[in-house]
Amino acid sequence: MALLSKKDTNLILDPLADNNPITIQVLGICSALAITAELKASVVMAISVIFVLGVGNVVISLMRNMIPNKIRIIVQLIVVATLVIIVDQVLKAFAYELSKTLSVFVGLIITNCIIMGRFEAFALGNGPWKAFLDGIGNALGYGVILIIVGFFRELLGSGTLFGIKVLGDPVAKSGLYATGYENNGFMIIPPAALIVVGLIIWVQRSKNRALIEEN
Amino acid sequence: MSRDKRLTFKKRLHIIKHQMRGKKMAPAFNAFHTFLFAPDETTHNGSHVRAADDLKRTMNTVIMSLIPILIFSMFNTGYQHFAAIDAAAGVSRELSLFGNFFTFENFWLGLTLVLPIVIVSYGVGLLIEFIFAVIKGHEVEEGYLVTGMLVPLIVPVDTPLWMLAVAIVFGVVIGKEVFGGTGMNILNPALTIRAFLFFAYPTWMSGDKVWVHQAMERTGTADAISGETILGYLAQNNSVEGVYSISDMFFGFIPGSIGETSAFLCLLGGLFLVFSKIASWRIMVSAVIGALAMGLIFNGIADAGIISESSNFYGLMSFDFWQHLIVGGLAFGIVFMATDPVTGSQTNRGKWIYGFLIGLLSVMIRVFNPAYPEGVFLAILLMNVFAPTIDHYVIRGNVRRRMKRRKQARIYAPTAAAEELEAETV
Repeated sequence: MALLSKKDTNLILDPLADNNPITIQVLGICSALAITAELKASVVMAISVIFVLGVGNVVISLMRNMIPNKIRIIVQLIVVATLVIIVDQVLKAFAYELSKTLSVFVGLIITNCIIMGRFEAFALGNGPWKAFLDGIGNALGYGVILIIVGFFRELLGSGTLFGIKVLGDPVAKSGLYATGYENNGFMIIPPAALIVVGLIIWVQRSKNRALIEEN
Repeated sequence: MSRDKRLTFKKRLHIIKHQMRGKKMAPAFNAFHTFLFAPDETTHNGSHVRAADDLKRTMNTVIMSLIPILIFSMFNTGYQHFAAIDAAAGVSRELSLFGNFFTFENFWLGLTLVLPIVIVSYGVGLLIEFIFAVIKGHEVEEGYLVTGMLVPLIVPVDTPLWMLAVAIVFGVVIGKEVFGGTGMNILNPALTIRAFLFFAYPTWMSGDKVWVHQAMERTGTADAISGETILGYLAQNNSVEGVYSISDMFFGFIPGSIGETSAFLCLLGGLFLVFSKIASWRIMVSAVIGALAMGLIFNGIADAGIISESSNFYGLMSFDFWQHLIVGGLAFGIVFMATDPVTGSQTNRGKWIYGFLIGLLSVMIRVFNPAYPEGVFLAILLMNVFAPTIDHYVIRGNVRRRMKRRKQARIYAPTAAAEELEAETV
């Protein structure tokens, strides 16, 4: 027997492409705009969200029959806040510089629409294993976009990837900079992320015309 | 073949066009064809009102009004370069129109610098228009004709050509094509290109070293030259008195973006556009009023002594309010950018509001923007975004007024009215 049934595989793979939280549902945009100027920050943010959403979905799914309906949002917030505090403390302990870059946005994972959205839409109605897969899948879908945006913004904006000068040195005018190339300052500022996300949405929808809304 | 020889060039193009119909590259060919000749197609059903001014003629009128500015800018580019070299060498130089301004030397330098920018602008922009026309399978739109002429006039002369090309790709694709092409864009494409350049490559777009040819590359060498604009002087609290006279500013013998310097030629172009009914005089007039109003407010603040002379804003605030109109890109922006019929307001009342706010915001951004004392393109882009909202409320207001009028109207019963009329006549 395969590890994952076909249905389970879809739980992970769907949010990566055709039901992507960022490009299709357009959720969780704020953090995607704010922290993707560097690839490193994007990767850490993606890992954090994978952890929070994967574990959070399981916890909510386990408690789904005990939570009174009227206070379910508060319970969800407590669960996600606990997990986010764990992530925040770990980052502060082991990657202090990075946690300063991510600053408030680690804390704001609590209000990330994707997380509350998956709790509400999936974890409250499904078993722990399925909820876990759904959480991982959605967080991966979010992370993939973050990493793509982070890749282009850091490469074009700073000429680096993970802080390594892949295009040459802009001050010493080596590599590509010797030809007169210059970093694109526009890619550093958050509005550029909006445009890069928009371009990804454009490419995705022109590849799969079924995704285009009729209106 | 012998029969083909008797065909004119025009006829042959028509034949090729019929052979190409439905093929993928047809729009690209059609664009070249209609650029040279009027199409041979006629409509087959219904009656159609034909106006003499189609989109292409509208665009050409704007380009015609831009040609004098382009030629003047070539002379000015050369003049500013040689004047800056003289100034750096300590040689005093008096401006004389035919002595040292309209000289072949100036023109030639300007031509070799400006012409490549024009070619890149049209080449890259039209290439993108062709690609999108082929992808979408519709005819090539004329929208880029004016944008392609505006772009070279609003960039500094030493802008690297590859930067310009990148910005044009961005501006045409993101500013126009994603919204559906010509006529559907929210933002003015030429200003989108300018804004992209400004935010992406600020060292090439602002400061005191970019406005005169070679000012940048000579920095730090023995023969360094200055390329400061008037607004730049003012932003550093330096007076321009004795450096540039009012007539220099008005006629445009000052450093700046390639084509923005001459308020006089912008005025002529504006009059031409107003009399040919291409551009809206309401937007131009209200923008001038807006700029004057904001300038007066700032003059008042400076005169009342609310801010000290050492304040960062004093230089620009105390600048005579009406002189704002003749320095920087305000005149060019008001005449050629704000009046874009696609991105501006459509209603007459809306045009007054839209233009007024452009003038107001331009001067406000000028004064309060320490890094870059020019705000015209930002003000126009901002108001482009608000233009549909302004129109919406103007139309809602009109609807409400008419509804009210209808409610208050007294409607006489027809019989009573007839009786009254009868009584009167008898």
